Amino acid sequence: MTIEVNPTENQASSTVIPNISKVKMRKARWFKLLPFIVILVLFVIIALFPGLFTNQDPNLTNLTNRLQPPGYEADGVKHWLGTDSLGRDVWSRLVHGARISLYVAVSAVLLSGIMGGLLGVAAGYFGGGIGSFIMRLADIVLSIPFFLLAVLTVAVLGPNLTNLIIVLSMTRWPLYARVAYGNTLGTVNKDFVQAAIALGAKSTRIIKRHIIPEVIPSLIIIATLEVGLMIINEAALSFIGLGIQPPNPSWGSMLTEGQKFITNGWWLATFPGIFIFLIVLSVNMLGDYVRDVLDPKN
Amino acid sequence: MSYIIGRLFQAILSILGISTIVFFILQLSGDPVLLMVPQNASAEAIELMRHQLGLDRPVFVQYLDFMKNLLLFDLGQSFVQNQPVIDILIQRLPHTLKLAAAALFLAIIVGIPIGMLTAYYRGKWVEKLLMPIILVGQSSPAFWTGILLIMFVSVKLRLLPSSGSEGLQSLILPAITLASLTIATFARMTRSSIIDHLDQEYVKTGKSKGASSFRLLSRHIFRNASIPIITMIGLETANLLGGAVITETIFAWPGLGQLTIQAIDARDFPLVQGIVLFGSAAYIFINLLTDLVYAWVDPRVKLGKDVAS
Repeated sequence: MTIEVNPTENQASSTVIPNISKVKMRKARWFKLLPFIVILVLFVIIALFPGLFTNQDPNLTNLTNRLQPPGYEADGVKHWLGTDSLGRDVWSRLVHGARISLYVAVSAVLLSGIMGGLLGVAAGYFGGGIGSFIMRLADIVLSIPFFLLAVLTVAVLGPNLTNLIIVLSMTRWPLYARVAYGNTLGTVNKDFVQAAIALGAKSTRIIKRHIIPEVIPSLIIIATLEVGLMIINEAALSFIGLGIQPPNPSWGSMLTEGQKFITNGWWLATFPGIFIFLIVLSVNMLGDYVRDVLDPKN
Repeated sequence: MSYIIGRLFQAILSILGISTIVFFILQLSGDPVLLMVPQNASAEAIELMRHQLGLDRPVFVQYLDFMKNLLLFDLGQSFVQNQPVIDILIQRLPHTLKLAAAALFLAIIVGIPIGMLTAYYRGKWVEKLLMPIILVGQSSPAFWTGILLIMFVSVKLRLLPSSGSEGLQSLILPAITLASLTIATFARMTRSSIIDHLDQEYVKTGKSKGASSFRLLSRHIFRNASIPIITMIGLETANLLGGAVITETIFAWPGLGQLTIQAIDARDFPLVQGIVLFGSAAYIFINLLTDLVYAWVDPRVKLGKDVAS
């Protein structure tokens, strides 16, 4: 069924008539989401194919061109967003930084989601000592201020890409574990699962065929909302020097540098900040939408 | 009563668990003696120092010792500053408390009214004007907000200092930076909590009796909707205390957050460990307090079971 409605008209009618049909409501929201979806798709394309957007080496230094404002041109190369304190091209550093940002955020969300989901399902299905041990551990990890735990672990393990991903996931898995645990408890007692158990199905089969499909939608809701947080956290850790190490480009460490040159190089902090802001805003908007669509409670 | 005892027990368990996690994470950091001795120290000297610090004992014995000291509030000595860790923490704490209090105050007086207005005037221009503030606040990380504020307010307009901790003036920018995310969180929570109450009978009754919008919102709806808001204020207070690392770094605010970064840069692990333990204990304590207040305000909590969801 397709309904062709003008988005503005639809918006207006939704405030006048309270009982507007669900389909129309969704359509209206979908239209509002469009700019954010475009931003996200662009972000993913930039991260996957940085070569399409810039042909300059993000780590190429050129001290004669240091701290040049946006639009500066030298040797036939145009620096659209200016250059930094080592004469590197800000635009190409931003483009290559997108890849790192996306890579860290998606890996950390996947790792924490899978780990937390499996632990939560195991805790809910098998219960007993193992179950309460897992859930208590989850409570404890959740009660440590997240950022302090991440800082401590990266400081000890040493900052690099792999450690960053591990640390971010280690601090966030309990969120998924709790939800998976609750959902598993709810599902195990349903008739179809009890019937499968009575028919003699093995635990692994029941978990794979019956429990995991019930748990996954709620995990996806958390995961979409977590992506934005992970992007911010990666940038924050890089900002204080515990994330991606120089000379590799990361939006967080670009901001640190931007703060140093805040009086004579406004573009250094401004552009990475705008990038982070736009991506996180888009991810959050999409996350809210996914939650409203998948979660029957809303 | 059993609820309170259970909750206390859980808090103590959490603190013990965190101490254990922190202890073993630091075990991964390698040999602290090698960081402390001069580069040309002989093998015997290193061995002697290791023995003096008790680091040649089995890990498990060291762990028990560490836990025993914690019970006596002894967090050890800082490698670098040669002072007990607890003394350093106590010197820095007032700054962090001041910043957190200012941010909390801002978040309450800005966030909650925004939440109330956007809920009450759903679909009106008031909501359309205020909702973007929530969305922007939610998506702006502290390091970005802070740098923008410095750029415009300190560098361009030269109104407020960009760093330091002298007087009220230097508190304003860090407080706004730290509060920006919390304002958005408060506004969102207040909004959804109030929306849940708007359609209820008592609101219709109040309206039909001619109560003004302001009276309805402040006297009737807000009181009923305030329970989740109290919980949220507690949670956010705990977050503000532990989460000021970035804000304090940007504005060179001499609190615990800045101390964390300094301690990491100097590889002063006893100090880092002390900060994490202290921050976690404060976080757990405030959460405990919130739950107790919550149970006191709404007696149903004590009866209901703690359901994970």
